[in-house]
Amino acid sequence: MALPQMKAALTATRLDGLTLPASNGWGNAARESALARVREMGLPTRRDEYWKYTDPTSLTSVDAPEAALFHNDEGPLFDAVDRVKIVFVDGVFDEAASDDLSAEGVTIERLAVAMDADIHWAKDLYGVLEANGQSPVERPLAALNTALAQDGVIIHATGVASKPINLIYLHNDVASDVAIHNVVKVDEGASVTLLETGPAGARLSKGLEVDIAKGGAFHHVRAQGRDHERRAVTHCFARVASEATFKSFTLTANGVLTRNECVIDIVGDDAVAHVAGACVGDGKDFHHDDTVFITHDAVNCESRQVFKKVLRNGASGVFQGKILVKEGAQKTDGYQISQSLLLDDDSQFLAKPELEIYADDVACSHGSTSGAIDETALFYLRSRGVNHRDATNLLTLAFLAEALEEIEDEELAEDIRSRLENWLARHS
Amino acid sequence: MLEIKDLRVDLEEEEKSILKGVDLTIEPGTVHAIMGPNGSGKSTLSYVLSGKDGYEVTGGAATLDGEDLLDLEPEERAAAGLFLAFQYPVEIPGVGNMTFLRTAVNAQRKARGEEELSAGDFLKEVRAKAKTLKIDADMLKRPVNVGFSGGEKKRNEILQMAMLEPKMCILDETDSGLDVDAMKLVSEGVNALRSEGRAFLVITHYQRLLDHIKPDVVHIMADGKIIKSGGPELALEVENNGYADILAEVA
Repeated sequence: MALPQMKAALTATRLDGLTLPASNGWGNAARESALARVREMGLPTRRDEYWKYTDPTSLTSVDAPEAALFHNDEGPLFDAVDRVKIVFVDGVFDEAASDDLSAEGVTIERLAVAMDADIHWAKDLYGVLEANGQSPVERPLAALNTALAQDGVIIHATGVASKPINLIYLHNDVASDVAIHNVVKVDEGASVTLLETGPAGARLSKGLEVDIAKGGAFHHVRAQGRDHERRAVTHCFARVASEATFKSFTLTANGVLTRNECVIDIVGDDAVAHVAGACVGDGKDFHHDDTVFITHDAVNCESRQVFKKVLRNGASGVFQGKILVKEGAQKTDGYQISQSLLLDDDSQFLAKPELEIYADDVACSHGSTSGAIDETALFYLRSRGVNHRDATNLLTLAFLAEALEEIEDEELAEDIRSRLENWLARHS
Repeated sequence: MLEIKDLRVDLEEEEKSILKGVDLTIEPGTVHAIMGPNGSGKSTLSYVLSGKDGYEVTGGAATLDGEDLLDLEPEERAAAGLFLAFQYPVEIPGVGNMTFLRTAVNAQRKARGEEELSAGDFLKEVRAKAKTLKIDADMLKRPVNVGFSGGEKKRNEILQMAMLEPKMCILDETDSGLDVDAMKLVSEGVNALRSEGRAFLVITHYQRLLDHIKPDVVHIMADGKIIKSGGPELALEVENNGYADILAEVA
């Protein structure tokens, strides 16, 4: 079917004259087929239902809108954590700043290098989970990322990874337009933790595909960088086999535009998938969108979506979250909560929670709320001597706590919590 | 210590007078009790003194050791030494009880220009004080008042009082929702805090709390005023005859 004229024109403008990164191996074909998917679907516009609440214009434009660099004195996140550091500066791998790409229980390669091979296991995942995730909802920007990604990492957990892998995304060029794509394969019974930190560029497009075999575990903690003017569209596609665990947490502070999509297919029995996010936004330029789609296609699985947003001075937040329970996916335990704390009358939160259930023996619950600071609790704290500002910040952190509790590792959770405390201290 | 003169208070949202000229003087080292029928303004008095929103002071004054309370923010009143034990202690999900206590103690110390307590010293003190109130480690770890029973909440109020060491303690119907054993425990906690330099204002409906926390002076409040004051025997009179006789007497 032909694309609507506006969409066709937009897509042509973006793709015409575009040169895909070249590889000496299987990468070219994967990119070409992704590009074909983009042409077929067309790039998103505000008229698309899935983009009703978030304007994709600055994500589909030919050039990335500039983003001023942000300097802070906070130091690197997770600095005390023993981890493999892999640094990308405006999307370009920085070998000198990175550790050796090795840790016990896991092999790590660069995407650009892995794509030069004739045969590679990643060929069966790169763009494959993304392509599967294009139905029932099209995600053309994810396909565009698969086509355009210059680099990223390919991680294969064959055992229990001895330490977390930290992808550090630095932003040094005000006009950088970055596309990064990572692939993670977790073998049966294996486990790995992936940390992602930093803004990556003026405009970031990021793809992550995760395939977890039986009994495997993937933990993901991400902090998207505090550069005020940065933009990001990210997609995570996960396939979760029986008895496997997928857990992902994202901290978003600042950034004019963030759209984080997470698409999870639970395909094996007794599996667990949690996706959570804490977001703090200040100012009318701030817009943050969490879009989640979890499909239960197996028996006795548990999924949780926990998203909390703190919005002030006209900031806006969006949550579109769906649980799809397929026929036969009995004993599904699905939970979804999206809440916003609106610190003034100008901020807004738009939520679209969806449940679609075709099995008859399931427990699915969802809730969505928007509210102000609890005045009763505020008075209680102040009556004990805590000043208005500190009491408000304490209650704000408390509001975010349920999302932070989704981070299993105490040390990582503590680091994220202290980042939030710093942010609140600076913004109140 | 606490000096209230002709205090007049309206509700902010509606044209309604709650306090219609309250006079009360509390000396250091004493325990005063206020009794009175529902709606007489007892709780309003405690809220107005601690600085809760929603009330408009239309006249009179309230000072603590000469300092005008009504001009201060709630946190400043706390730092000045005022403490209100809430009738309904507030649940705060997401804030650990220990964090809450430590934040409060250090905030007050800071406001008074004192050094913050070290983590070790704080822990030692809170454990010792919690023990006498039969507050276990689990209650200290849990979010503030969340999932606490009525008795646990009130014990937690007394623990805060013990940690903050205020000069002027107001107990707003601390006996409500308590069984006999819990009331005994809470009263022992309060009595342990009685001292030369500290005063208490105990607001209650019933005489039974006053069996445990023996007052020096008892006031009867009705329709926004203190209508009668006397010794502990006044509480017994209320217990035996209700408020009707006293109300009739002053009418």
